[in-house]
Amino acid sequence: MRKVAVIGVGHSKFGVRKDVNLSELTYEAVKPALEDATVSMPDIDFVAFATVGGMYEESLPAVVAAEYSGFTGAGLVRCEAACASGSAAFYTSYLNVASGMSDLSMAVGMEKMTEVDTPTMMEMIGRAGSYLWEFHNFGMTFPAYYALYASAHMAKYGTTEEDLAEVAIKAHKYGAMNPHARFQKETDMDQVLSSFLVAWPLKLYDCSPICDGSAAVILASEEKAKELGIDTPIWVKGVGHSSDTANLSKRSDFLGLQASVTASRKAYKMAGVGPGDLDVANVHDCFTIAELLAYEDLGFAERGKAAEMVREGETEVGGRLPVNVDGGLKAKGHPIGATGCSMIYELTKQLRDEADSRKRQVPLKNNLALAHNVGGTGHYCYVTILER
Amino acid sequence: MWKSWPSIKSKPVTMEFEIPTNRTHKFWDYLEAGEFRTTRCNSCGTLTFPPVADCVNCTDSDIEWVELDGRGEVAAFTHVIVRPTSFQERPPYTIVIADLTDGLKILAWIEGSEMTEVEVGMKVQLKAGKTVDGEPSYWFVPE
Ligand SMILES: [Zn+2]
Repeated sequence: MRKVAVIGVGHSKFGVRKDVNLSELTYEAVKPALEDATVSMPDIDFVAFATVGGMYEESLPAVVAAEYSGFTGAGLVRCEAACASGSAAFYTSYLNVASGMSDLSMAVGMEKMTEVDTPTMMEMIGRAGSYLWEFHNFGMTFPAYYALYASAHMAKYGTTEEDLAEVAIKAHKYGAMNPHARFQKETDMDQVLSSFLVAWPLKLYDCSPICDGSAAVILASEEKAKELGIDTPIWVKGVGHSSDTANLSKRSDFLGLQASVTASRKAYKMAGVGPGDLDVANVHDCFTIAELLAYEDLGFAERGKAAEMVREGETEVGGRLPVNVDGGLKAKGHPIGATGCSMIYELTKQLRDEADSRKRQVPLKNNLALAHNVGGTGHYCYVTILER
Repeated sequence: MWKSWPSIKSKPVTMEFEIPTNRTHKFWDYLEAGEFRTTRCNSCGTLTFPPVADCVNCTDSDIEWVELDGRGEVAAFTHVIVRPTSFQERPPYTIVIADLTDGLKILAWIEGSEMTEVEVGMKVQLKAGKTVDGEPSYWFVPE
């Protein structure tokens, strides 16, 4: 396998983007990524397009968006791994270059979630498990899946609703500094705790918002990066993947996501690093409880100690390990297919010392960053480790 | 809050999927009779829920239907307040995953208890029968 570098990244504004169609939205990430990498459309040999789809008008969105962006003729695939689709596309593009099949490839993630009404969206993503055994008679919703984990974590470790609120407060603090974020305002304990109940114990402010957005990443071989004169290539140092049962009832417990544990151990092993070596991480905080589970699953905190990490500010800029200092899914927004590529965008910027606000640029010591992207409720997981 | 932008309404799509139950239809037949049965592999003895026609453990397809004791403890729960389209007409409901003495976990609603009573570790009993809409189903009640 060859060394592979991230040489260009692009990101759209996340939000209710009824001002653009899915192709125009995709282009908002593709164009800056191409400019960043100093390449043009015909240079890209392969495109992996991430979207969950089924919630907007196109059946073949990859083809439609690729035509609009000028990629017609390139190798093309649509990747689906639920909310980890962006990482699945990144992984596909990474393999394409690492294997020697291409010298330049692109991963682009896009989701358009606001063309249908919210109850219909709840219906579609509530089926993100095992339909007949969880949805048909029981009406599971996406927040309900994570709420089940929250109830078990609270009972076992004494995690509280206030602990969950702390995660939301941190997310909003950094979202307020991120021009791409859906929510660019801070929140406080009262506002989080008094927001309406969605699926106990999760309230509105514990949930990432349904929104539209896109993000793109260009990957190159070492020779290609050199040829293009890329001054700060960001190397793909480790990747890990795993999955878990469709039926939650087949899981051994509800205290953490096994797929996150397995995927992260594979990525650490490939990279030859551990959680203590990281300068910054983006973890999958689709709900506040998910960020706490991630700290424990990824080895940032001991079991039951994640809430303490947040309370003590260890995951803030300047803390032991800054996490989700772009606002995370919670405040930045979670256009599901775009999220994995959005994480790589953020970490690439951080490792280049180019965060859009100096207030949220992390100090770099080991030049290592980790992206943790979960699909469904630990149904899929991808972990990526990047190095400057 | 958000500006209104020019748009075109697509042609609507309504889809209702016909899900085959041919190889496991006995599950719903037993429910209608008020019995909760699931599958056990006759070759290796693996007990499975949801019921299956093919054993994931030994790949055999020789399956028998066994009745469960159905007693267990709540392992996780949630009260669903914001509901999807097809559950809009119902009041909020409580979903539990219970860990059964039979050695399986099952996800279902809990009936006959106040929301505030439900907690992890609570003892529950699995019941089978028909819902108010006449659909075969199963649910937990406090033991
Ligand atoms: Zn068997």
